[in-house]
Amino acid sequence: MLVQLLFYGFSAILIAAALGVIVARNPVYSALSLVLAFFTSAALWLLIEAEFLAIVLVLVYVGAVMVLFLFVVMMLDINVEEIKRGVTRYAGLGWFIAFAVIAQMVAVFWFRGFGIDATQGMALLPADHSNTRALGEVLYTQYVYPFELAAMVLLVAIIAAITLTMRKRPGLKPQDVAKQVAVRREDRVRLVKGVGPKTDPAPESDT
Amino acid sequence: MTDFILNTWAALPSYARSTFWILVVTVTVILSVAFTTLWERKVIGWMQLRKGPNRVGSIFGLVPGIFQPFADVIKLLLKEVVIPSASNKWLFRIAPAITLIPAFAAWAVVPLDPNLVIADIDAGLLYVLSLTSVGVYGVILAGWAANSKYAFLGAMRSAAQVVAYEIAMGFALVGVVMAAGTLNLGDIVRAQAGGSSNWFVIWLFPLFVVYLISGVAETNRAPFDVAEGESEIVAGFHVEYSGIAFALFFLAEYANMILISALTAVFFLGGWLSPFEGLLGSSHPLGEPGFHWLFAKLFFFLTCFMWYRATFPRYRYDQIMRLGWKILIPVTLVWIVVLGVMVHLQVGPWAA
Repeated sequence: MLVQLLFYGFSAILIAAALGVIVARNPVYSALSLVLAFFTSAALWLLIEAEFLAIVLVLVYVGAVMVLFLFVVMMLDINVEEIKRGVTRYAGLGWFIAFAVIAQMVAVFWFRGFGIDATQGMALLPADHSNTRALGEVLYTQYVYPFELAAMVLLVAIIAAITLTMRKRPGLKPQDVAKQVAVRREDRVRLVKGVGPKTDPAPESDT
Repeated sequence: MTDFILNTWAALPSYARSTFWILVVTVTVILSVAFTTLWERKVIGWMQLRKGPNRVGSIFGLVPGIFQPFADVIKLLLKEVVIPSASNKWLFRIAPAITLIPAFAAWAVVPLDPNLVIADIDAGLLYVLSLTSVGVYGVILAGWAANSKYAFLGAMRSAAQVVAYEIAMGFALVGVVMAAGTLNLGDIVRAQAGGSSNWFVIWLFPLFVVYLISGVAETNRAPFDVAEGESEIVAGFHVEYSGIAFALFFLAEYANMILISALTAVFFLGGWLSPFEGLLGSSHPLGEPGFHWLFAKLFFFLTCFMWYRATFPRYRYDQIMRLGWKILIPVTLVWIVVLGVMVHLQVGPWAA
């Protein structure tokens, strides 16, 4: 009963937050709604005892990805009117994609069903069941090749991102920190006798 | 009388008992923050050959200045909270709370004692990491909502810095997880049992140093306090905050300091384990595990935070980024490989 109440509460917040992402006028509010959506979906995952996924969702998406999103959104000077004009132009495509996604989800959950009886409550796992361990065991045995493949794809993406943004511009003066640290006083300062302005005698005091 | 109390305690439902401990921990952390501010001013005062605060209150002529934190709190409470007219009022008001909540919520999984932890969850380490990474939202929102250039600069600096050091911190903790074989903080402490030679600080020393440095950077403390940077951007993200709203940021910063100190002790120095356990055995009064050992270690790291502040000048922003990305992250990666080899060859504490 309590679980169901929590489920409907979190689901309502999740839907409201997801609507907020696309409805909010201020892009910063959109980004913050997305953060709320991530948090509530993490809470929903906690309800089905997927605590590892829930915490990682908060850690990766809220803690890192959305921080950078907010960072960029706050820096940009976004003209909302211009974007709104774009929305009507691409509305057809948007509806098409939305229906495609819904159709795919229905196909997966309705027709295949995974043998889950939705009318039954969820079977609770024993208290000493470690979700994290179970996930690790499956990832490193049964799904080790897809897992490694995903890792390679990410590595390639990292290298691509760095090579795309690291361009050698002419006239750049990068710092060599090792060289800076190795500098000694003798390399920079030279004491020369007898050159330079003569120092004035100390001004006489008034009293 | 004691029987009656114990019986009533045992008869209480578990959520009532958890609520009680949550209250105890929260109030303790808030009080500790108050006295940490005093301790910081005292320590830095002594390091600079001053006396530090010594006017407000004393207990029988001892510890002069003991009530200084309460005087400060009353002053901040009575001050007007100025809300800039061009600011985003709602976010401006909510930002201090967003900074504060994760700083307290993370205490739920910190094991204080062999038997005392509010929530003994298996993914405790991940929980701590995710909460400390959420704390930066308060700083970013405060900087943006204030509608001030200085505050915004501070927020941007903080966002980039925290995201960069989170990676180094996460990798350092990957080493801890590899060594302990669990994400549960209590089990991480138990994996270090059997004397101080088993503490991870010895076997994971480079990761310990990386964790300590990124802990200072995550809390935006000197020498990594470019988000505030008084000499460059006035007071950074909280330049527009006054009164109790400012005090909440202050509270969150110090609560985070205490949290990072406690976590360093738990991850690398055996938490509530005694340093003499290996020499005297765990039944000897000095070898017995208990909260006092965690407190001693926590206090040491907390004092280190103040020591850094008194010693180091503020880092330049590009050098902070260089240190995080080009030095700390490669160090952790190399040591994770070394650690893997050590575990595989069953060196030291991993001997079968």
